[in-house]
Amino acid sequence: MNIVAGIGRAVLALLASLGRIADFTIRSVTSIVSPPIYGRLIAVQILRIGYFSLPVVGLTALSTGAVLALQIYLGGNRYGAEAIVPQIVVLGITRELGPVIAGLMVAGRVAAAIAAEIGTMKVTEQIDALTTLATNPIKYLVVPRLIAAVVSMPILTAIGDSIGVFGGYLVATQNLGFTGSIYLKNTVDFATRQDIMSGLIKASVFGFIVALMGCYHGFNSKGGAQGVGAATTSAVVSSCILILAADFALTALLFHTA
Amino acid sequence: MTVAKIELIGVKKRFGKKQVLDGINLKIDKQSSTVIIGGSGTGKSVTIKCILGIITPDEGTILIDGVDVTHLRGAARDAVMRKFGMLFQGAALFDSLTVWENVAFGLIQGRGMNRNQAKDIAIQKLAKVGLGSDVAYLSPAELSGGMQKRVGLARAIAADPEIIFFDEPTTGLDPIMADVINDLIVSTVRDVGATALSITHDMVSSRKISDRIAMLYGGKIIWDGPTSQINQSGNDYVDQFIHGRAEGPIKMAVKA
Ligand SMILES: Nc1ncnc2c1ncn2[C@@H]1O[C@H](COP(=O)(O)OP(=O)(O)O)[C@@H](O)[C@H]1O
Ligand SMILES: [Mg+2]
Repeated sequence: MNIVAGIGRAVLALLASLGRIADFTIRSVTSIVSPPIYGRLIAVQILRIGYFSLPVVGLTALSTGAVLALQIYLGGNRYGAEAIVPQIVVLGITRELGPVIAGLMVAGRVAAAIAAEIGTMKVTEQIDALTTLATNPIKYLVVPRLIAAVVSMPILTAIGDSIGVFGGYLVATQNLGFTGSIYLKNTVDFATRQDIMSGLIKASVFGFIVALMGCYHGFNSKGGAQGVGAATTSAVVSSCILILAADFALTALLFHTA
Repeated sequence: MTVAKIELIGVKKRFGKKQVLDGINLKIDKQSSTVIIGGSGTGKSVTIKCILGIITPDEGTILIDGVDVTHLRGAARDAVMRKFGMLFQGAALFDSLTVWENVAFGLIQGRGMNRNQAKDIAIQKLAKVGLGSDVAYLSPAELSGGMQKRVGLARAIAADPEIIFFDEPTTGLDPIMADVINDLIVSTVRDVGATALSITHDMVSSRKISDRIAMLYGGKIIWDGPTSQINQSGNDYVDQFIHGRAEGPIKMAVKA
């Protein structure tokens, strides 16, 4: 009996928090289209979310491309199919690993930073202060971050994709005996517009998830420093889980395979 | 009979199982200065946030200039907000902005004034609270608690509000700085010709800044009268509170 009640309570709590997230999402998205639009704030956020994430995304993309080339070579070797390295590297990076790795890296960096910043504003009453100064906190804080993340993530991912392919190229030409020009020709010939675009669409959605979760958990942080810490953790964890779930859903949707 | 500037009728608010406000009735006249006293956690801040529309009451009505604002949203709410100025308990300055940008925030973002004009006004308001223009370019984190309160005060009066709220303006300050803030509140409210509503548990401050005192206890206003009569309230709760006695009808909940 107690177990049933416990499960019931947990389900209700889950539904309630899903409802709150849905409500927050709707309020945020409807605020995007209504004035005022804070152009300067959007620019600042593009710098913080996109530009400053370049090093970490570039570095992880480089090593992912390199490792991918090595693994595909070793695996392909078993069937005498090691020549397929450039094709699989570019496919894996543009469709899947580029956006997902950029998404997860940005989740760690940006969702945490957004949740900590907004959470601190919440517990120090700065968000209430915005309201008393006739400024809508959703428009002032959430909308610029959402727009910036949705715009910068595909750019970040496109750069990451190039660096990842370059990582594979480096390993293939330096260690695996591929000829540079042939490797590049195989890469370019194989990759389709759809491979690349599907990855960039995913990246945009991941950007939306990261900014939304950072803002949502920040806005709902309670108590003092501890509450802000908890909000930060929740923002990162929920972003990562939602990115992986969205990745599956988007792959099925974009390639009509499910 | 004139219309009250602010009127609360049967305002109730609960958080979870806790009935914080249990039917607040309060009338505040134009250009008066009212203080709500009461122990920590009795719902003083919640009362102010209900009037400001930051928290929506579960029941009851809030009238500003005789107009029901309880459930206003969007542009109509923003229009009412422009009547208000608020000094928060912890000053609540935006730490990503400089001092003058904080003071000018409501003018620039809330009213669309251009930055140069807003900056001139911000510097004037800072001078009003005794801060020089050198402070204007600092970040709030570089200021002491007392200076932050003054900046918060300058921000609250920047747009010449009709109603100013002060949430524990002297809490956490040394007695001298507290008195400086009290004087500033008295003079700014008088100069701006505003209606003031403050909350505090500092009796020295209450006597100095108010002409009316209301006491909040058990989710209700249990006494309300002129400041000059607080010593003869004939109310045991008020007596216990203003004399700070542990014994009396108010039992301090040790657990929240
Ligand atoms: N947003 C909120 N959510 C839940 N409980 C709250 C909220 N705001 C205030 N409370 C609770 O309401 C009670 C009164 O708080 P408050 O008005 O801040 O007290 P004070 O009289 O010291 O200003 C406290 O018990 C507080 O925990
Ligand atoms: Mg309070």
